[in-house]
Amino acid sequence: MSRLLAVETLTRRFGGLVAVNKVTLDLHLGEVHAVIGTNGAGKSTLINMLSGEIEASDGRITLNGEDITRRAQFRRALAGVGRSYQRTTIFPEFTVLENCRLAAQATSPRPWAIWQSSHSCEYSNGAAREALEAAGLGAVAGRVAGTLSHGAKRQLEVAMCLATKPRVLLLDEPLAGMGAEETERMLGLLANLKATHAILLVEHDMDAVFRIADRITVMVNGTVIATGDPASIRVNPEVRTAYLGEDH
Amino acid sequence: MKTFSHYLPLICAIALAALGPFLGPYLGDLVVKVMILAIFALSLELLVGMTGLVSLGHAAFYGIGAYATVLGSGKEGGSIAMLLPLAMGCAAGYALVTGALSLRTRGVYFIMVTLAFAQMAFFVFHDTALGGGSDGIYMYIRPVLGALDLENSKVQFYFVLSALVFTYGLLALIRRSRFGAALAGIRVNEQRMRAAGFPVYGYKLAAFVIAGALAGLAGFLVASRDGVVNPELLAWHNSGEVLLMIILGGLGHLRGAVIGAVAFTLLKELLSTHAIVGPLADHWQLTLGLAIIAFVALLPKGIVGLRVRVMPKKEAAA
Repeated sequence: MSRLLAVETLTRRFGGLVAVNKVTLDLHLGEVHAVIGTNGAGKSTLINMLSGEIEASDGRITLNGEDITRRAQFRRALAGVGRSYQRTTIFPEFTVLENCRLAAQATSPRPWAIWQSSHSCEYSNGAAREALEAAGLGAVAGRVAGTLSHGAKRQLEVAMCLATKPRVLLLDEPLAGMGAEETERMLGLLANLKATHAILLVEHDMDAVFRIADRITVMVNGTVIATGDPASIRVNPEVRTAYLGEDH
Repeated sequence: MKTFSHYLPLICAIALAALGPFLGPYLGDLVVKVMILAIFALSLELLVGMTGLVSLGHAAFYGIGAYATVLGSGKEGGSIAMLLPLAMGCAAGYALVTGALSLRTRGVYFIMVTLAFAQMAFFVFHDTALGGGSDGIYMYIRPVLGALDLENSKVQFYFVLSALVFTYGLLALIRRSRFGAALAGIRVNEQRMRAAGFPVYGYKLAAFVIAGALAGLAGFLVASRDGVVNPELLAWHNSGEVLLMIILGGLGHLRGAVIGAVAFTLLKELLSTHAIVGPLADHWQLTLGLAIIAFVALLPKGIVGLRVRVMPKKEAAA
């Protein structure tokens, strides 16, 4: 299995608080790597550092062996690191298709060609349609994104991420607030995406995590306390006391 | 679907071109003044309405364009082919430098920084020998290019009208292009644009420079029309007025900027005319202020929003 993204002793300090403390983990093609932990464990900070939204205080991030620790967020995105947000961040006033087309346009921007209409950009339209079909939103492509149900907005969030054709997916709680049916659909989508992507999944839904993840990293107060396959994490005594609770 | 309203700007331009020769000196001059302000307002609409960048220093680029025109023409006068690029280039240059710095801030800080840069430019012209102090400087001979002599009021009229059509057309193209789509994305959700892989800062800076250059075009035209420039062109209340115009007309629509420029100028003209409002004309700032408050309260989406209220169905379809 090929390693796409490698994180070594990544640290982020906010003043005196160490939000993420020397985290080391790998993302491999064909693998879902779940990061779990209580609120405030530093999961979102970790994703924000990987995507380039906030700077790392220390440590190293490499993408395909290339150091991207200090690279600007948009350059990482163009290099193949896609992310979705915990709080839905779509373009509510645009249609579903326009949302995805705009995201896809990042890969083929050509801003100087002002005589060409953005609506007729073949590349962006194609990539957007593909992402919408994959996320199961093909039928509502014409709807204004703000009018979608919560679950559909979460799907759009992922579809917009896919439209940029990333190799690495950083998904911040894609299942948050979803119903049972929507959760099933999203898990199906993740299972499909796995073959061609390296996926980092931050998620609170433990049943879903243990079903879909190939590897799990457990964080407590910014520090990794365990990494392993779901079976070994499930029986890990430290994880049980620190996070899962005795009854799990 | 292309509706009648789609072609309205073009129809208005053709109507203006046809009416041009029949406008008297007063009306002709007023129309030229409004058209120049419309170009100025359109340039700000690119920033505020399309990109979501509220600038309170846009008059700086207008004034710099105007001063560049007068300073560049000297005693012998100058060619349009030289002065127009000079005016737009100087304005764009100042926009590049101030934009590069001010775009590192956002929201209310951006407003304050753009205001500060504009005031800096204001005082350079106001307090140094370069700009002739508070009286400004006169232009000896208006710009010329072959048979195009801006001294001639008819030539001036059609030149300004062409500049307005050019500006409107350019911005309409930008709006529907990938560049425009990205600017709209930045206005709605900058964070997501960055996550998708857009160099947001570069896009904003490009918009800022284009807006500055177009304001410089308006500055060139106003200097060529008036034959005189003074620091008031760069003053902060001029930046405020042009912002009011696009809000009055309706943000997010190109025609809103034009309608706003027309409405604002007519209101000002109306409320400061003794024959119409009597002694109140001496207090036109007060009545204009009240009128604008009334407009904004009654038409939160601007004058363009009126159409939406009258024909809600059509708007939804378009």
